[in-house]
Amino acid sequence: MKQECRRVGNRIWKNRESYLMLAPFMLIFLMFTIVPVVISLPMGFTDFDIVQPPRYVGLSNYATLFLNDTIFIKSIRVTLVFAFVTGPVSYVLCFLLAWLINELPKRIADLFTIIFYAPSLANIFTVWQLIFSGDTYGYLNAFLLDWGIITSPVQWLTDGRYVLWVVIVVQLWVSLGTGFLALRAGFQNIDRSQYEAGAIEGISNRWQELIYITIPSMGPQLMFAAVMQIVGSFTAGTVAQNLVGFPSTDYQAHTIMTHAYDYGWVRYEMGYASAICMILFLAMLLCNRFISKALGRYMD
Amino acid sequence: MLDIEKIKGTSRPAGRKIGGTIVIFLFLLILGLFMAVPIYLAVIMSFKPVHELFVFPPKLYVLDPTFDNYRDMFTVLSDMWVPFSRYVFNSGFVTVCVTVMQCVFASMAAFVLAKGKIPGGNFLNKLVVVSLLYQSNVIYIMQYIIMAKLHMINTYSALILPAVASPMCLFLMRQSMATVPDAIIDAAKADGAGMFTICWKIVIPNQKPALMTMVIFAFQSAWNLQGGSLVYKESLKTLPTVVQQAASAGLARAGVAMAAAVFMLIPPIIFFMLTQRQVMETMAYSGIKD
Repeated sequence: MKQECRRVGNRIWKNRESYLMLAPFMLIFLMFTIVPVVISLPMGFTDFDIVQPPRYVGLSNYATLFLNDTIFIKSIRVTLVFAFVTGPVSYVLCFLLAWLINELPKRIADLFTIIFYAPSLANIFTVWQLIFSGDTYGYLNAFLLDWGIITSPVQWLTDGRYVLWVVIVVQLWVSLGTGFLALRAGFQNIDRSQYEAGAIEGISNRWQELIYITIPSMGPQLMFAAVMQIVGSFTAGTVAQNLVGFPSTDYQAHTIMTHAYDYGWVRYEMGYASAICMILFLAMLLCNRFISKALGRYMD
Repeated sequence: MLDIEKIKGTSRPAGRKIGGTIVIFLFLLILGLFMAVPIYLAVIMSFKPVHELFVFPPKLYVLDPTFDNYRDMFTVLSDMWVPFSRYVFNSGFVTVCVTVMQCVFASMAAFVLAKGKIPGGNFLNKLVVVSLLYQSNVIYIMQYIIMAKLHMINTYSALILPAVASPMCLFLMRQSMATVPDAIIDAAKADGAGMFTICWKIVIPNQKPALMTMVIFAFQSAWNLQGGSLVYKESLKTLPTVVQQAASAGLARAGVAMAAAVFMLIPPIIFFMLTQRQVMETMAYSGIKD
């Protein structure tokens, strides 16, 4: 035991330069991310309204969530739609676009990168509201009326049948962000001599090159993009809130995150909001587990 | 420049038919036009006079372009208690600090986590991912309490430090550096180089695409930083906060809101183009092999 301790101590001392390099980031990270996260973990078991100190209430928040909160049950369904529709679709889109862009000459590639990336930078929900506006001034309605596809304007943003789909479209439009740029960088970072070696060994087209050389050497970047997509799609909510209002018609676009926002920042029931966030966190952990298993063979 | 293109052309492996490239270009062009529609609409709306905003059928162009929306936005901005230049300075200062600190700190930490093989390294790697996945609005309250205890409310640090601690950039760099072959690092170590030297002299210069991506992310998040409740002193507020005020309060007109959005979009896009210029096409032609 003592020897074991000494060996670990020795290894730590030997790596002191590494620890010094870690220190600046890790100290700030500890103070402003880890400590707040750790303190907030048990808040789901309390009744906490910010003004008074939290009061322990056991599992009652969780019991209420699953047994009495029908809107929460509804929000699970909406969140799952986002997680399993926009998440994978956007992930595949990010990868496909990053790959195709990489096949073009540098200048054109840069232009396309900015075109696809700009939407995630822009804060222009007003434009989307005008596009999907329910009167005839809405661009989509005007266009469809003009072409005779519809005969009267459609209430895209308030009709329960369309709300969720409109939000999904806009969500996809803004989702080519971090994951897309990271994958684009991943493609640019691949050592070209690998492709030359591949060509000698008989790889004869773009497709084979992608399957046999590119993807296997991009495991870590694929994992990064996957984590970002998990976070993005599970915590979707701001797009819906800005676009179709809060709450949305018949809670059709009410995600778990929107629910947490509702209880946290509208009703100031922080204990309850924490419980909601905790369930979301567990779902994301599970999904992350699953994806790291799936991508495991590309990792070191 | 042309020569590099030529060499690059020949170094590309077989099976690059020009036809395929054209198909890819056309596909991306169509999709790109579709993607650009809302931004295009935002730009033209910011130049539309009020009477053109509600015309039926809605027009995809401006008949009578005007700078009124921008002028109104700047009029409101210059009427605030604090001179407009102060907000510009605040945003610029915060953005520079966050971007530089985050990139330097995160690159070093990422290198150690990716290649250091130190006791506790695995745990820290997991911690970074888990902290990315844990999203809760209670965190902000706890951050607020911590900062209040440290007397950081209403200081630049309240804006800068939490942004520097973002785990996303670290995770991005770590994942990218994980693809660097161990052989290079071992060779450098055998030559007597320390981890610090290997990190800055060998690994980071070879990670330009990821590095530039990280710089973009850091810049973008810092540029869009809103103080919220951490900074409520008027002289410390950042541009996004006041531009949003100008766009929503008093002048609740779509045209002005669009002018504000377009105005805030310009610096990140210029910055993006500048960083992309740093990434040469032949960058990864490093001769590093596993």
